Amino acid sequence: MSSRKIRVLVAKPGLDGHDRGVKVVARGLRDAGMEVIYTGLHQTPQQVAETALQEDVDVVGLSILSGAHMTLAPRIKELLCENGMEDVLLLVGGIIPEGDREKLLSAGHADQVFTPGDPLDKITAYIFNQFQESTSS
Amino acid sequence: MDQEKLERIKALKELWAKEVEELKTREELPVTVSGKPVQALYTPLDTADLDYEEDLGFPGSYPYTRGVQPNMYRGRLWTMRQFSGFGDAYDSNRRYRYLLEQGQTGLSVAFDMPTLMGYDSDSDRSLGEVGRCGVAVDSLEDMEILFDQIPLDRVTTSMTINGPAAILWCMYLANAEKQGVGLDQVGGTIQNDILKEYTAQKSWIFPPEPSMRLITDIFAFASDHVPRWNTISISGYHIREAGSTAAQELAFTLADGFAYVEAGINAGLDVDRFAPRLSFFFNAHIDFFEEICKYRAARRIWARRMKEKYGAKDPRSLMMRFHTQTAGCSLAAQEPENNIIRTTTEALSAVLGGTQSLHTNSMDEVLALPTEKAVKIALRTQQVLAYESGVANTIDPLAGSYFIEALTGQMEAEAEEYFRRIDDLGGVLSAIDQGFIQQEIADAAYEYQQAVDRNERVVVGVNRYNTAEPMEIELLKIDPQVEKKQLERLKQLKEKRDGVKVADCLADLKKSAAASDNLIPKILEAVRCYATEGEIASALKEVFGEYKEKPLF
Repeated sequence: MSSRKIRVLVAKPGLDGHDRGVKVVARGLRDAGMEVIYTGLHQTPQQVAETALQEDVDVVGLSILSGAHMTLAPRIKELLCENGMEDVLLLVGGIIPEGDREKLLSAGHADQVFTPGDPLDKITAYIFNQFQESTSS
Repeated sequence: MDQEKLERIKALKELWAKEVEELKTREELPVTVSGKPVQALYTPLDTADLDYEEDLGFPGSYPYTRGVQPNMYRGRLWTMRQFSGFGDAYDSNRRYRYLLEQGQTGLSVAFDMPTLMGYDSDSDRSLGEVGRCGVAVDSLEDMEILFDQIPLDRVTTSMTINGPAAILWCMYLANAEKQGVGLDQVGGTIQNDILKEYTAQKSWIFPPEPSMRLITDIFAFASDHVPRWNTISISGYHIREAGSTAAQELAFTLADGFAYVEAGINAGLDVDRFAPRLSFFFNAHIDFFEEICKYRAARRIWARRMKEKYGAKDPRSLMMRFHTQTAGCSLAAQEPENNIIRTTTEALSAVLGGTQSLHTNSMDEVLALPTEKAVKIALRTQQVLAYESGVANTIDPLAGSYFIEALTGQMEAEAEEYFRRIDDLGGVLSAIDQGFIQQEIADAAYEYQQAVDRNERVVVGVNRYNTAEPMEIELLKIDPQVEKKQLERLKQLKEKRDGVKVADCLADLKKSAAASDNLIPKILEAVRCYATEGEIASALKEVFGEYKEKPLF
């Protein structure tokens, strides 16, 4: 990978309109030096996967507070793989009960899950760590 | 107070301030949760301009700062109304009957995301969302099940529904008719506040103009046929949850309120014909005094503007009646039992601020929809405040406090400043179109989060006193079969109803939508023959189009 900025797509799949968290995270990642694209609300899994491909992102962050994460996250992972983006880092944030978090991680439907109370630093540090070897500082 | 005494107090205050300068100060900043600095001490100097009759008055009298009823909770306590709904109509009906048995005095329906967005459960947009965040309602049949054995002439119901408010309201009215209850007997509230959807809650369907028309159609229909219904609940709750400050919640909510009043007047309605049925909905956040002052300021601003600017004469048009919900966003996922204490503090501020009804959040709502046990504790919290604490004995007990009156005045001034800025942008719709309100909220949310991340704002159990061991609590699980069962029932409904009649009603509705008829009778006709929510919304979308947001962060 070149020394370009880490490109992140933050997305709101599903019908839930709670966008406070996703906007704070988007801004935090941008302030930390990443290139951030925000999909806006009410995206279908197809729309999220297509935007990820078009924008050629390194990271996809899903924000889901509606309880539909066990349907939406696996579907988006599947579509990303169909688009040849199996290596993209897939993060899920929102109201995710502990049991579901373990299922998402163990099934490979998410690389990491963040929940309310996790500070922004934790998310940015996680992403930077994942790209430490491939990006020049 | 005479000038001489004030001068003396001023001199004494300077002496006191000198003494304080020498003393040690805690590291936590003395600011409200909205980031507003507060003084260490308030004195008569801060309320020297306060005029009792003009600024406070008596409860039940202009400008209603001290409350909308003359006797407030001495006459009747606030309505304890827990927002609730999950799974299918059968599941939620059981929960409602449980809550009524526990002494709850009104119902409040939470719909699932597809219902809020105008999609049927069988839409491909609804996949995985049916019955998750609330109850799935597709047709009149679901509404009949939802209120089975609940007498609609005796229980009032609040429904949090906005984009498709007219449709769900018509289903409720049609169901009342089927129960044999006349429309003049049913009471309740629909949220029906589309403006804050564009800025905060983000569950919209149509663009602003047709949305405003549906709202004024509801105003007109209700004033003729459903006189006990609150036709709108102008909501600051979601604005606050989206991250605004208290002053922004106050200002943007009232600005929305004035926009609805103007829309009603522009639609040819007399202000006193619809304004008495306008109601409000505020957040009760964790900053105790700031919240109390917000409610007091809200009543005063509303009364003044309604009288002075809009020429309302009916006292009921000047009275701001409001529902309050404690702040979901103040709750923490870590050590959830601490949320009971947060909610208690917030509920107390709502009561001291003179709310007409109250929802107290359950401790587990930051993690999932609440369990029966959690919701019972939340209801008990209100009952303890109401019957044990003594706070309901005296009306507006904090009035006259130097701090409370100064902060109430300051909140009013901050709101007035926002009204000026919104006017400069060409009004609320134009301010929304330019992203002004959305950006103000997003900025405040980001600043708050940074203050938490930098440990400037303490959240107990999150960034201070956070122990490693998690506090385990039981969570409500939505049966994964709900979606399947709902789809099956919807399929059966579509087979057994009169399809020709449904198609006729929808065609008729579209024709009226393209003209300027009041749409409520047409929607009522459609729901009576079991046209679904999604079908009615689709028909209207064909005429009205759909709203698209410009994403910003």
